[in-house]
Amino acid sequence: MISKIYDWIDERLDITPMWRDIADHEVPEHVNPAHHFSAFVYCFGGLTFFVVVIQVLSGMFLTMYYVPDIENAFQSVKYLQSQVAHGQLVRGMHHWGASVVIVMIFLHTLRVFFQGAYKKPRELNWVVGVLLFFCILGLGFTGYLLPWDNKAFFATQVGLEIAESIPFIGTEIKTLLAGDPEIVGAQTLTRFFAIHVFFLPAALFVLMAIHFIMIRRQGISGPL
Amino acid sequence: MSDKKHNEVTRRQFLNYTLMGVGGFMGAAVLAPMVGFAIDPLLKGEKESDFVYIMDVDEITNEPQRKTFVIDQVDGWYESQVERTAWIYKNNNGDILALSPVCTHLGCTVDWNSNADFPNEFFCPCHFGRFDSNGVNIAGTPPTEPLHQYEYQITDGKLYLSGKSNPREEA
Repeated sequence: MISKIYDWIDERLDITPMWRDIADHEVPEHVNPAHHFSAFVYCFGGLTFFVVVIQVLSGMFLTMYYVPDIENAFQSVKYLQSQVAHGQLVRGMHHWGASVVIVMIFLHTLRVFFQGAYKKPRELNWVVGVLLFFCILGLGFTGYLLPWDNKAFFATQVGLEIAESIPFIGTEIKTLLAGDPEIVGAQTLTRFFAIHVFFLPAALFVLMAIHFIMIRRQGISGPL
Repeated sequence: MSDKKHNEVTRRQFLNYTLMGVGGFMGAAVLAPMVGFAIDPLLKGEKESDFVYIMDVDEITNEPQRKTFVIDQVDGWYESQVERTAWIYKNNNGDILALSPVCTHLGCTVDWNSNADFPNEFFCPCHFGRFDSNGVNIAGTPPTEPLHQYEYQITDGKLYLSGKSNPREEA
């Protein structure tokens, strides 16, 4: 049945080459943990991606209950966590996943660094990787405020003061992030929400696409 | 056909430039309002803040007094009343000081005369920041500048403060 549907579509749109191109390629022996167990270090990039997918999915579902409003944000988080079916689990995935992404991206960076895999011709992919890292850090920073509890508030307060300490443009950067020169409040929360849920993920997806296309173009770096 | 020696624009080039120009203009027209929308907090400028009656001037002593007052705070669409604290006193020159209790190191709250080891100083418990009786940071402790001074007005012997405190230049 399913194969008939597939054939029907394939006959008209010729979709086989599309997924073949993405999925059907050889993995060199030296990156396959089944051949050399030490090759597990090559998994960290893929694991980062996997956890990012979890973050995107759990985050999408969290917004079904969450509101970025200073009167209701905390209550909505409390509600979705304590009253909604599996709320604790879904929020837990997003909460812990946020830390796991950082760990994975860090391990991935270490692997690339110590294997020298960033060297010619892969310098640009390193640059994009660093931008991805900044994106993830930004997602962590903006997401931290959203529960609007004391920890969130004061962490953001401190983070904004760090931004303010940048010479010459610090004050402007802080105002731009917080939405107000003095107050960490209603406008800060909506801004951080917008950045966390729309702007940074958009940048993240574009950068990830570039990252992956470059890997496929250049192949995985050779064995040590 | 025309003479190609002069740098004539071909039909193809002309269309290219025109399309790029129109496209660029359209893109800019779409983006410009959004950029303005996003950077609006930078365009708003400084907010005026009202002055609130605190105490009569003749009540001000040489010993810092802790006074709390309530200001109206406007945060975009959200209006609220927030409490502010000031340490109010006259220093040895007779100047009125209304100091913010926010430590200039990392923003904890300082207290006057609260540590027996450092009498007559503002003391911050977070990282042992200290300020002398003029509110000036003591060298060798974490704060990098004196405690901030609230904007104040004196009318008919009454002290009014605004909710805004500024770095002090004179110290």
